[in-house]
Amino acid sequence: MGQMNEDLKREREKCSFNMNDLINLMDGGPDKTKMRREREDIMISRRDAYADIPEEYLSYKEQYEQAVKKSAYVFSLLRRLQHEGKTNLHNYRDVMANFLRSSDVGTGFPIAIHYIMFIPTIMSQASEEQQAQWLQRAWDCNIVGSYAQTELGHGTFIRGLETTATYDPSTKEFVLNSPTLTSYKWWGGGLGQTANYAIVVAQLYTKGECHGVHLFIVQLRDEETHMPLPGIKIGDVGLKMALNGVNNGFLGFNNCRIPRNQMLMKHSQVLEDGTYVRSPNSKLNYGAMVFTRVVIACDMVNYLSKAATIAVRFSAVRRQCQSKAGEPESQILDYLTQQHKLLPAVAACYALKVTAGKLWDTFSIVNEEMIAGNYERLPEIHALSCCLKAIATRDAASFIETCRLACGGHGFTYSSNLPATYCNAVAACTYEGENTVLLLQTARFLAKTWQDIDNENGKLTPTVEYLKTAKVKGYSHEWVNSVENIVYGFQVVSMRKIASCVKSMQTRVASGATFEDAWNMASVQLVSAAEAHCRVMILSTFSSEIKEMTRTTSKEIKRVLEQIVTLYAVYWALERLSDLLQYTTITGAHVDNLRAWYEELLTQLRPNAVGLVDAFDLRDEMLQSTLGAYDGRVYERLMEAALQSPLNAEPVNYTFQKYLKPFLQGKL
Amino acid sequence: MAKVNVDLQRERDSCSFNITELTHWIDGGVQKTEERKKREEMALKEGIHLEPVPSVYLSHKEKYELAVKKACLLFKMIRKLQEEENAGMENYLAVLGGNLGAAILGDGNPLTLHYVMFIPTIMGQGTVEQQAYWIGRAFNLDIIGTYAQTELGHGTFVRGLETTATYDASTKEFVLNSPTLTAYKWWPGGLAHTANYCIVMAQLYTKGKCHGIHAFIVQLREEETHMPVRGIKVGEIGAKLGMNGTNNGFLGFDNVRIPRDHMLMKNSKVLEDGTYVNAPSSKLAYGTMMFVRVMLVNDMCKYMAKAVTIAVRYSAVRRQSQPKPDEPEPQIIDYLTQQHKLLVGIASVHAFRMSADWLWLMYNNVTAELDAGDMERLPELHALSCCLKAVSTDDAAQCVERCRLACGGHGYMLSSNLPLTYGLVTAACTYEGENTVMLLQTARYLVKAWQQAAAGNTLPPTVSYLGELRAGRRSPPWDNTIEGIVKGFHMVASGKIGICVAQIEKRQKNGMSYEDAWNMTSVQLASASEAHCRAFLLSIYYKDNEKQVATVSPELRIVLQQLCDLYIVYWALQRIGDLLRFTSISERDIEQLQNWYEDLLVKVRPNAVGLVDAFDIRDEILNSALGAYDGRAYERLMEEAMKSPLNAEPVNQSFHKYLKPLMQGKL
Repeated sequence: MGQMNEDLKREREKCSFNMNDLINLMDGGPDKTKMRREREDIMISRRDAYADIPEEYLSYKEQYEQAVKKSAYVFSLLRRLQHEGKTNLHNYRDVMANFLRSSDVGTGFPIAIHYIMFIPTIMSQASEEQQAQWLQRAWDCNIVGSYAQTELGHGTFIRGLETTATYDPSTKEFVLNSPTLTSYKWWGGGLGQTANYAIVVAQLYTKGECHGVHLFIVQLRDEETHMPLPGIKIGDVGLKMALNGVNNGFLGFNNCRIPRNQMLMKHSQVLEDGTYVRSPNSKLNYGAMVFTRVVIACDMVNYLSKAATIAVRFSAVRRQCQSKAGEPESQILDYLTQQHKLLPAVAACYALKVTAGKLWDTFSIVNEEMIAGNYERLPEIHALSCCLKAIATRDAASFIETCRLACGGHGFTYSSNLPATYCNAVAACTYEGENTVLLLQTARFLAKTWQDIDNENGKLTPTVEYLKTAKVKGYSHEWVNSVENIVYGFQVVSMRKIASCVKSMQTRVASGATFEDAWNMASVQLVSAAEAHCRVMILSTFSSEIKEMTRTTSKEIKRVLEQIVTLYAVYWALERLSDLLQYTTITGAHVDNLRAWYEELLTQLRPNAVGLVDAFDLRDEMLQSTLGAYDGRVYERLMEAALQSPLNAEPVNYTFQKYLKPFLQGKL
Repeated sequence: MAKVNVDLQRERDSCSFNITELTHWIDGGVQKTEERKKREEMALKEGIHLEPVPSVYLSHKEKYELAVKKACLLFKMIRKLQEEENAGMENYLAVLGGNLGAAILGDGNPLTLHYVMFIPTIMGQGTVEQQAYWIGRAFNLDIIGTYAQTELGHGTFVRGLETTATYDASTKEFVLNSPTLTAYKWWPGGLAHTANYCIVMAQLYTKGKCHGIHAFIVQLREEETHMPVRGIKVGEIGAKLGMNGTNNGFLGFDNVRIPRDHMLMKNSKVLEDGTYVNAPSSKLAYGTMMFVRVMLVNDMCKYMAKAVTIAVRYSAVRRQSQPKPDEPEPQIIDYLTQQHKLLVGIASVHAFRMSADWLWLMYNNVTAELDAGDMERLPELHALSCCLKAVSTDDAAQCVERCRLACGGHGYMLSSNLPLTYGLVTAACTYEGENTVMLLQTARYLVKAWQQAAAGNTLPPTVSYLGELRAGRRSPPWDNTIEGIVKGFHMVASGKIGICVAQIEKRQKNGMSYEDAWNMTSVQLASASEAHCRAFLLSIYYKDNEKQVATVSPELRIVLQQLCDLYIVYWALQRIGDLLRFTSISERDIEQLQNWYEDLLVKVRPNAVGLVDAFDIRDEILNSALGAYDGRAYERLMEEAMKSPLNAEPVNQSFHKYLKPLMQGKL
């Protein structure tokens, strides 16, 4: 290893707080940090076996093949954890999510979906006998499963799916069909060439009647030869913006028959004679969706932390322009405009991490309640998970892209790992619920809450309680520039926006519009109301949790985390000045002071910028970045990475003789 | 050709204006449209753009090899065209630009810089003799050049470049060196394996003294064998987010000697004995830069037009959800949130197109003045081009990405052509002047203009509003009309610049140096600069649109006015905070604006497909499964998927090698 870059070394020396203390605090304790690092050790222990040529130089097909190779090694490590008893069916969701977060992701894993969707769905939707039949084989990875719900023509609107599963009592089988091109399953991870089984979501028909979408386990390929089974039309959907190792596939059925007991029957059932028995409780599906969204929010923290680490370290190393004659060029991190691009991104890492963690805990509680049959908080937690998924993915994508652009041209270089990080993160804006659709779901909950606000006597659920308090004094409260008051200001904004949407819908309905049309006409503003609500959630959770977390920490850590919370709040207040000026009593003078405060905060946080990203504790093997490595040998690494390009293996490419020279000589 | 999707056909049937008329209007007349179409036909009929296996599936190396092949065939064709027609630069511009160029070389062209930088720089900075010698060879393509300025450690700050060219009077040669790793040239397109000559920007040393940055022509590779010349270390910089066909390279010098007359000496000179003769004027290099910036803004329009065409057509074909039971799923373009994402994109194309035209006109006027020795408007022009470069690339990147996301998961497919388009557009945010740096250059001019106004001087036209608004201190009552909004944006820009100037002065008074005060205010300065550009864009679009719609049919005029209104109201709503801060707009006005905006969305909606059809982008140029004219989005997605090499075999080899051992627990 080369020497550490001098500038970066100096940054670390002047960091005001104890690094290990902050790392432990953010992990949730020294034991958690230790566990995480052990997991990471395991994760990178076999890197040599699969990371040879950088993926960006491979052809598409080779990228897939390398991803399979990598997955096979990585998941055999997971199996090792299983054998050592470090994970089991009860805790494996946590272990899995954390395990994958300890990887460099790269082009993705074609068998991740097996663990993320296939196994959990069997656990939550299969009857006990079915679980006995399938779970162990899946758990041991004797079969590899995918999950096929979305179709070429259908995503958001699940009821509109076209794939059919028709029960044939004469053979006691379901017959699966794809009646149209748009009914082809599309997107399933690993579905293309990797999985040999899949859970398929299809419209159930029995005794001539449609009973809506249900889940079926379908074998896709022969276990020995891997050849597609008769009636299965399957393949890869082709190149995407990124995640090209995931092997997203398409799937069509032509009279494909499966035994009756391969419909997942924990809830609804089809009896041997074809009688349909309705589920007493179908709400449990929501639980899985909420869980997935929480996982996504956590993943976003991971992506964003990577990007912020890379960009901050690079900005400490990179020097550009001579702001004062006779002095050396400045570290670009010293420019306020650069701090303005990066420090809010760093703050967002902390904010989203704390908020997603809190949501994870809340979800676990609600999940326990649901298992005990209490579904009271489901709508609330569902609404919260919807907007948090949307805002976390959007904020992460946009901050990551800002970090990338802040690295100038070098951020466009693949070896910075910023392009792939952006492309991987931005995918989450449209998968697992398109963001606008999700925000409108939250808005529906908020609008309903608002309409009932005066009827329910003090019975609002915790996350929307503020609507009532804000309503009481929302129109006259005097503005003060403080974090508390900014949080309060956002509460007022959220409340006023919801109120205004509801009012404008009522006006439209009163003048003859249908509710649906009125809803549509208000939808741009409804989205913005849902966003404001989410902003309230993040801001208030972040500030109260940090207060709690720093009760017993050193005063240096307390100070820097308070600065981070304040920066985050002030940044968003300035970003949303339109709303604040419109709905609160903030004045022009407050705004000027807020800006000055913001500039001061940037300057205060600047000396700890490198320390704050070092505290994310991302190893070089996970960062995979020439610009962001711990030692800051940016230029050396850029050149080393360039020399890995296969084009540089030969001084003259063959195209010179074949095309360029004849072209130059006019002989082409 | 297969049948057009019925939804798309219905959209076209219900379009209220004549699409061809709008196409002519956009192109600048019937004749221009015909010329463009002819050129497209000529370029595409050769089939150079056709790919049996889409190039995106190839390895990085194969992508480059295919790009060279295509670029050679393309320019061979252009050379033939030039000989036949003796045409001007239009053919070159077309194949280098964002439409036709990107259709044939979708991931970058390794020969672009030869035409865009190498030849123009020699024309701008070479002496008459140098031009006579080099330009002919370059146009004949006896040699292929590129342009190397940026270094691994140096971009924005040109004075900080490290490459040296030291004059050796004994041999009458310059000796080029890269003293450090950070001095390596980095980024130039075609530099890695394609060009054999290069313009190199280096610190000139003669008689022991440094005279700053000058341009030199350096041979990189043997003309016959293409082997790198002695002392030249050259290669490619590796894979990028996009533009992987561009062959961006690095370049290091180890005592590379070039003859004295390889320094471009139109302005400064080094005499045989090593005496340095200073340039009579150093402002003449603007020509190339302005040309590149105007071309860049125009390219941004083309990319936005593509993205919005794809997204609007797809949104007319895609149906999703069932808000009303018993009715079919609506086209997603019927959702107001979708209209909100897409329709402003259509208007943006027109807004930026008109600003680019305006800038080009101003540039030509200023050049004429320059020839007459008048340099007065040069700083104004420079300031305007800087902020317009930043705002157009920024807006375009956001517009393209918004269109892409509006197509949901399918927009993530490369076959939609939206990801590659985004890659091309976002690259422009950091090349040719990083955007924040650009905005701060404009800000420097604005601060000066403000101080000029304070001193009672009259200001050049594009900033004259600063003087006028300074004079009238009190906000006039808000006027909730298009003119009122445009005026409001001028008040915002003026207000922001005023606050910045006051901040800087206050900080200086508190003991800060000017540089530190500038830095502490720079976030606000960048925002003031953006506000200035925004006001410029809105007022040019508003004024020029008014002028230009005077001659079109009444049906078209209504639509174009709606589009312009939509753009201006959209931006008013985007900048409500600024308007509240610097004008007397009220909450009621804002509510009305919001209603007006929603109303405009609904009015423009029925013509959305017609409006993008009028951009008249051929399917070969769009190159998109989602956006093709016939709207067979799903069929094309499947057809494109079937081209994936993975689908050529039922079982991939990795099953036997890795998957099966994993499943059997044997790995």
